[in-house]
Amino acid sequence: MVSDFLPKCTGPLEAGYEPAGWDGATLREMLEASEKLTEETGCYYGVSELALKETDPIRYEKIFSKLRGGLVNARETAMNVSASPIVQEIGELCFALYTPEGDSVALSTGIIVHVHTMSDAIKFMVRNDYEINPRIRRGDIFSNNIPKIGDVHNADVQTFVPIFWEDELVGWAGGVTHVTDIGASTPGNVPVGPITSYEDGLDLTANKIGECDTVFRDHEIRCELGVRTPMFWKLDERCRIAGCHMVRDAVERTIREEGIETYKQFIREAIEDGRRTFIQRVKELLIPGRYFAPTFNMLLFAGERGLPEYAAVDTMSQAPVEMVIGPAGEFHISFDGANRWGYHSFNCPPSAMQGAIWVLLTQTMIPNDKVNDGAYFATSSNFPPYTISNATAKEAATGAAWGYLIPAFTGLIRNISRGVFARGYVEEVLSSYAMTMNALQGGGKDQYGNDTGLLSFELSCVGGGARGIADGLDYGAAMWNPEGDMGDCEVWELIMPLLYLGRGVKPSTAGPGKYRGGSGFQSVYAIWKTVDLVMQNAGDSGCFPSPGIFGGYPSASGYRHNVLGTDLLDRFRKHRAYPSREDDPADSEITACCDGEHLFDRRTMNYPYRMKHGDIYYSWYRGGGGLGDPLEREPDRIEADLDGDYLLPRYAASVYGAVAECDPEGFWRVDPDATARRRREIREMRARRAVPVSEYLASEKARVLEGRIAKETRRMYNESLELSTWWREWFLEFWGLPDDFRFEEGGE
Amino acid sequence: MPTYDRETIESLIDGTLPWADARAIMSSFKDPGRFDTYVAILQDRVPWEDRILLPLALHLYIVQKPDGARVVKCDCGHEFGDYHANWKLSANVFVRDSDETLQEVYPPLMHSDPDWIVLREYYCPGCDTQLEVEAVPHGYPVIFDFQPDLETFYSEWLGREL
Repeated sequence: MVSDFLPKCTGPLEAGYEPAGWDGATLREMLEASEKLTEETGCYYGVSELALKETDPIRYEKIFSKLRGGLVNARETAMNVSASPIVQEIGELCFALYTPEGDSVALSTGIIVHVHTMSDAIKFMVRNDYEINPRIRRGDIFSNNIPKIGDVHNADVQTFVPIFWEDELVGWAGGVTHVTDIGASTPGNVPVGPITSYEDGLDLTANKIGECDTVFRDHEIRCELGVRTPMFWKLDERCRIAGCHMVRDAVERTIREEGIETYKQFIREAIEDGRRTFIQRVKELLIPGRYFAPTFNMLLFAGERGLPEYAAVDTMSQAPVEMVIGPAGEFHISFDGANRWGYHSFNCPPSAMQGAIWVLLTQTMIPNDKVNDGAYFATSSNFPPYTISNATAKEAATGAAWGYLIPAFTGLIRNISRGVFARGYVEEVLSSYAMTMNALQGGGKDQYGNDTGLLSFELSCVGGGARGIADGLDYGAAMWNPEGDMGDCEVWELIMPLLYLGRGVKPSTAGPGKYRGGSGFQSVYAIWKTVDLVMQNAGDSGCFPSPGIFGGYPSASGYRHNVLGTDLLDRFRKHRAYPSREDDPADSEITACCDGEHLFDRRTMNYPYRMKHGDIYYSWYRGGGGLGDPLEREPDRIEADLDGDYLLPRYAASVYGAVAECDPEGFWRVDPDATARRRREIREMRARRAVPVSEYLASEKARVLEGRIAKETRRMYNESLELSTWWREWFLEFWGLPDDFRFEEGGE
Repeated sequence: MPTYDRETIESLIDGTLPWADARAIMSSFKDPGRFDTYVAILQDRVPWEDRILLPLALHLYIVQKPDGARVVKCDCGHEFGDYHANWKLSANVFVRDSDETLQEVYPPLMHSDPDWIVLREYYCPGCDTQLEVEAVPHGYPVIFDFQPDLETFYSEWLGREL
């Protein structure tokens, strides 16, 4: 607990305090009683029978619809209070209703990442006796953005409003929006630059920020001074408060119509109903057993100017996602074997991990309207202490926690897919989703001369994983938002000092396979009419964080191609060609059509550096993982890939074995007979090049013993060996190594 | 609960069902009889007689042998051994661990740095089909993707003996 070291309040505020809980109990007593009942009975709050649902199912559903409708209505209305395209265009907001103890009863649409994160934040306030100091009263407003209290990353700012009926607190309305800038040491909302929590930006530690439905002026001043985009911040806050008040109205209306006792009974039953439904879905869709899907990602900061020596290093991170499905439908996720948290902003406290779990499970296991903490109570998890998956150290930076979560949780999708495939629900099978990267991020002065912190949410529209029955969704998905949307170029140009030179499909981003992953896309921008701007890339490279499944390949890995000190303005004046895309880095249009200092490399994670009017920033967005052997891809799909610029032609031959020609009108035709012959040749080549796994492992063991492994990998292995008993035993047993085995560190 | 005829499920498996129909299946409640229909379809398609107990991956099945053994088998007929062991250990493997081999699949810069992450392609020794691709650092143990609890699945979830 973050606040364990703090003394409990005993001051004058305690005098005259009347508990806000039910029947004279404090909220803390209610939470403890709820946890005890749940643990003792195995049912949420000890609810062993869904009496209301079973005796009057229509009324039960009507109550749910009233509350859910209130939440969706709040979201759809309140989003128009915001001025941020991240909220208005992309829909990065969500509202939820909680019990007095902080368990979610129902959620709106939107970023349902927050099924449980806001629950953690409410429980933090309850456990820390906020009802005594600073008091919880009708009309109060609270706000939080600290993942160690209950959030995914610091830019997801939460607002809470307690809901009272007579003298009892009967629930909480919670709202969250993804803000434009969080005031971190580097600009933007997934700041890649902070190396400790003290640089993560504005801290709202579940603060009381208002009373009598009014925001405290000192809070507003603090925020105005604390973030780079105060106008967006203030309107986002008003959006959240307006939505919470609409939720409160909906709850009060429901209580007036149904009665307080029925409401109290309903919220308990709804959560227990959610718990039972989740277990039922597990038994309906999956196979009991153990699933294992590790994923690896690189954090590339070696040599970065602006970072201290201990942070300016390249780090390999491991996400060993184990999923165990038990006989009674138990659903357990473990990250045992994950490496240590580090001096970067990608660390994940447990609440962040829960955020990623629930945004995925609500889109796979329980894609229905009855999402609440009941499902959370039906699962269990293991995030080992001191690892990047349980970074509770006070100094651990969390501003870009998604940088670990996004690659890590491709493993959960692949695990679930193996279960649904075995069960026959092939339409639910997915390969890894794409990384929502590159994150175009920066700050300084915008084109109007105002302070700005920016991140283009184009990235919420990357490729989906290949499906069990079709290719993945092209440039239309984000793992963290069920409503993928790249936004309009014109809107991004309004708020960012950037001019689009082109936007289009990026070929060969999708993971090849019988069904390929969804394709990514690319945007080329000119830095435009700013006098002071720093920019950075934030994305994957050097690794394959979106692996394929069943013989499909991972999607392509990232790279950077920005150009400083360009001749772009001169090209405009002289009507010379300028770059609008880069289909093939081996034959770069940006190189051909722009002179300057080309930053053309794998450095996809940078500390911000200065860019000027007329410089070129290239951002391309990733594809999803493939599914199945590429040699089984139907020729007509390959033709469509070539015609649609989804595939560079040379890979039609080398990956798919397709013999294809482009006709005079520019359409590709695959010769089926020649392709069948070519595919036979590739299979023969496979037989020649491959060796029995036993032979490979003999040579690989020699590599392990001799330490002929990259220093970043050796360091990651040593951390996993140290932090996880299970992983250590598994690794040592697999290679037949002694108990005290450790890799030598350092060197190259 | 919905039910679908065998022809519909066959088309779904083959990826030939019209998208609107597939979408409707995705949006609906699940058909509880799917597993049996699915296995029956796959059983009719394989060129051998061993009973399929569980489809494990594309081309791979856990099957019951006449002598009682339960093994992982490719639809080409190649057998990988007891399903409790990782079938990959009995496969052939090709490792893409150089820029040259990675660029057979990916454009330059758009693949891993082979010092960090390599691709292990697991092929069936019988038909050379690419069954799985691992993206792992050098020295990572072979990943055992899925260890189903067949006994529990049959006896407790399907309500019949394995």
